[in-house]
Amino acid sequence: MIDTGTLWFVIIALGLGSFGLRFVFTGLVGDREMPAWLLRHLRYTAVAILPALVAPQVLWPAATDGTFDPARVAAAAVTLGVGIMTKNVLGAIIAGAATLYAMLWLLG
Amino acid sequence: MAITTTKSAYRKGLVDAAPFILVIIPFSSLFGILATEAGLSVFETLAFSVVVIAGAAQFTALQLMQEHAPTAIVLASALAVNLRMAMYSASLTPYIGAAPLWQRALAAYLTVDQSYVCSMAQYEKEPDMTIPQRMSYFFGCVTPIVPLWYLFTLLGALLGAQIPESWALDFALPITFLAMIAPMFRTPAHVVAAVVASVAALVTAGVPYSLGLILAGLAGMIAGAQTEVWLESREKGQAG
Repeated sequence: MIDTGTLWFVIIALGLGSFGLRFVFTGLVGDREMPAWLLRHLRYTAVAILPALVAPQVLWPAATDGTFDPARVAAAAVTLGVGIMTKNVLGAIIAGAATLYAMLWLLG
Repeated sequence: MAITTTKSAYRKGLVDAAPFILVIIPFSSLFGILATEAGLSVFETLAFSVVVIAGAAQFTALQLMQEHAPTAIVLASALAVNLRMAMYSASLTPYIGAAPLWQRALAAYLTVDQSYVCSMAQYEKEPDMTIPQRMSYFFGCVTPIVPLWYLFTLLGALLGAQIPESWALDFALPITFLAMIAPMFRTPAHVVAAVVASVAALVTAGVPYSLGLILAGLAGMIAGAQTEVWLESREKGQAG
């Protein structure tokens, strides 16, 4: 069991800390000019962090205890491929999910 | 469809973020289920989601508390998982930094992976949007995401039923992120950033407290920025 006092302390401290991380630039920097080199790096935040978040989950999914799973890799590849070709987010999601379930069913 | 008013910006945000409903529902239900299984009351579980509103960090904190890790470790690990939010905040600043403080504070609370990626994609695609339009778009993106995050945490906690593993819902998250990222590969520099970050994430997977993610992200950002500089100088060289 988790101690109630500890739990509430963690909830509140984590809430404040997370807000702090989210507010640190939008709130404190505001509309002050940021240097060009920093802006150049920030342009690539989304395309860097999100693939980095996803890559290990694709190759070593927690659901299979980290072992390589052809169904999940195929689903990821199809999602990315359809997304790049069509630029249609929902279409890519549906194609990826269909691939995942088809492969899971085929590989049983 | 180009955005012409703040109202149409809000509506476009709402529509563009709608696919994320597919992720939010399983993800938040799962948190509700696991939290109640770990002994949290329904109220505590819901409070967790409302106050912290960050899935991966919540799962991390819950897991470590169950293992009776020291509270300082619980907080440090969960915040490390959330460190990417500071990077999101930094990259949103050039676009919404001039908005009123209360709006920026509200947007900060509502900055999650989905609202961030959705808004950035739009801001990059239509750089001429006004600040109020950008804020409306952001709050539009949040509308189908955050209320459902609360609601399905609550339902998960109330129902407490196991979602069968065969549904493979663990993979809803990677699939939606990949689908969102794909249209953002507009220049070779974006592709280089993504490839370098992915490889770096695999290499640093063993680094504790999810700090590998931050290192990988930084590596990708540096690679993207360097590629941009290199491409620009090559263009100039050809023109001259």
